[in-house]
Amino acid sequence: MAEGMSIAPAALPAAPGARRRRNTYWGEVGGKLIRQPGAMLGAAMLAVIVLAAIFAPWIAPFDPNKGSILMRLKPFFFRGHLLGADELGRDMLSRLIWGGRISLAMGVVPVLIAMLIGGALGLTAGFGGKLANTLIMRVMDVFYAFPSVLLAVAIAGAMGGGLIDGMIALTLVFIPPMCRVAESATAQVRNLDFIEAARATGAGGFSIVRHHVIGNVLGPVTVYASSLISVSVLLSAGLSFLGLGVQPPTADWGLMLSTLVPSIYVVPWVCALPGAAIFLTSIAFGLLSSGLRAAMDMRGA
Amino acid sequence: MGTVLRRLLLALPIAFGVSVVCFALVYIAPGDPLQTIVPPDATQATIDAVKHAYGLDKPLVVQYLIWLWRVLHGNLGTSISTTRPVALEVMLALGNTMRLVALAMPAALIVGYAMGVAAARFPGGWIDRAVTGIAVVGVSLPNYWVGVVLVILCAVQWSLLPATGMGSGHAALLSWESLRFMILPSISLALIPMGIIARSTRACVLDLASHDFVLTLRAKGMSESTVTRHVLRNALPQVIAIVGLQFGYLMGGSILVETVFSWPGSGFLLGRAIQNRDVPLLQGTVLVLAMIFVATNLLVDLLQVRLDPRLRRG
Repeated sequence: MAEGMSIAPAALPAAPGARRRRNTYWGEVGGKLIRQPGAMLGAAMLAVIVLAAIFAPWIAPFDPNKGSILMRLKPFFFRGHLLGADELGRDMLSRLIWGGRISLAMGVVPVLIAMLIGGALGLTAGFGGKLANTLIMRVMDVFYAFPSVLLAVAIAGAMGGGLIDGMIALTLVFIPPMCRVAESATAQVRNLDFIEAARATGAGGFSIVRHHVIGNVLGPVTVYASSLISVSVLLSAGLSFLGLGVQPPTADWGLMLSTLVPSIYVVPWVCALPGAAIFLTSIAFGLLSSGLRAAMDMRGA
Repeated sequence: MGTVLRRLLLALPIAFGVSVVCFALVYIAPGDPLQTIVPPDATQATIDAVKHAYGLDKPLVVQYLIWLWRVLHGNLGTSISTTRPVALEVMLALGNTMRLVALAMPAALIVGYAMGVAAARFPGGWIDRAVTGIAVVGVSLPNYWVGVVLVILCAVQWSLLPATGMGSGHAALLSWESLRFMILPSISLALIPMGIIARSTRACVLDLASHDFVLTLRAKGMSESTVTRHVLRNALPQVIAIVGLQFGYLMGGSILVETVFSWPGSGFLLGRAIQNRDVPLLQGTVLVLAMIFVATNLLVDLLQVRLDPRLRRG
């Protein structure tokens, strides 16, 4: 049956040559990725940010939520506070390290969930016949008709705005583009010979999708999802900035930026720090994603 | 003429869907939708009157139709926080947003287009690498943070321009007195679209330059400026498509930028609606902004058909 077929559902044929150790597809991609300076720079930046967030309790020099009236709005290098102190006298460096936890989670989780739901919807639309396709894709078109920031703010705002509401809103924003990518990738393989061959051997629709389609769709969907994380980091921080994310006193970059903005006349550059963290995280994900795209040779995805 | 009509008809279901999503916003708000419309201290008589007026005792489909009927007659409901008609609030704010967009959009287009054409002129050269670098950084920049940094530089450190607000509002539209308030928010808004327009223009021009018709023009002995003119003319429909998308991006991006600069536009209004839990105001603003985006996309579609005869068939 379909399992016995010799046609492997590899996403893309691995280039000949690199035989030793990396003779799997993902090994090949990893090998190409390592040779790209831009992607490696992004990976290094990301490693620092992620490790800092994970080990926050051990490396943060101060308690992120404990302030002191005497220490309010202090500049860089003030009495052991490397990056100054915020409007409640809390250590900025510690808050930036701790803030990475919520900011990274709020940036990454919605993309992962949207990848699952949007991918499944796209596969269904691409392989489930004309009716399913029309139904799913026309609904997606409607959500496409909103600018993404507007849709995220509208949904999170109407729901009341908390960490979970913000994540749900972002997930809903990312499902339609994810679905479109999965659908077009499915449509591309749908009429290829090996699918026809599988069908001729008597494989059912579900089995064909599982063994022959998913492998081909996973590549473009992964590349696209990785590029969305960079956008998602910006958008989620934007929601927090508007008060639609976590509530104070939890450390989160978007929220920190919005509470510090009124103090720009006192310690201007300390107030700009959370935004720099957002920017660096977004560009790190962006660099890694475009490296991945090049390594997988998918400029069109 | 048939193409125009068909594109118009294709936009209708989208507009219908957008209206349904906006209608649903009131229902995904926590609690009874009624509570989002009447103030918390309303008497039972008021509640009943509102319930009847809004048709909240009827089935959902009927409620939607009633709502749609009101919206089509320009009635977007009443803001809870200001008790003024939402339509009035949105129109006033939209004018202010358009002032920013009117400055930011042409700036992004002209600078971005010029950057893209310059980069495509010598692919791989230093201009090309600089433009590509700017575009990569540009799409990762949070525009609200750019606003904050610009305020720190231009208002706090150098005292060149005002940090927030839009001035007295009595000054003439194009006088320095009103323009100086618009410069920083417009730059914050324009940066990301500029990067995207530059990158897309570069890709588009390079793609066109490899076409056979360019080779033919050169073979016929046309001057380089004539060849360039042909290429740029062919790039126009694609550039317009990008500009249309970026217009929507500007409308969305204005939400955060206007909040940073306290610029009393539609984005600022949306922020106020969220802060005050003013769901009718939120719904009305979102509906108007989304419909403008739908209309823009339609306009771009029609313009493309007008500029590119190949799109008229099929």
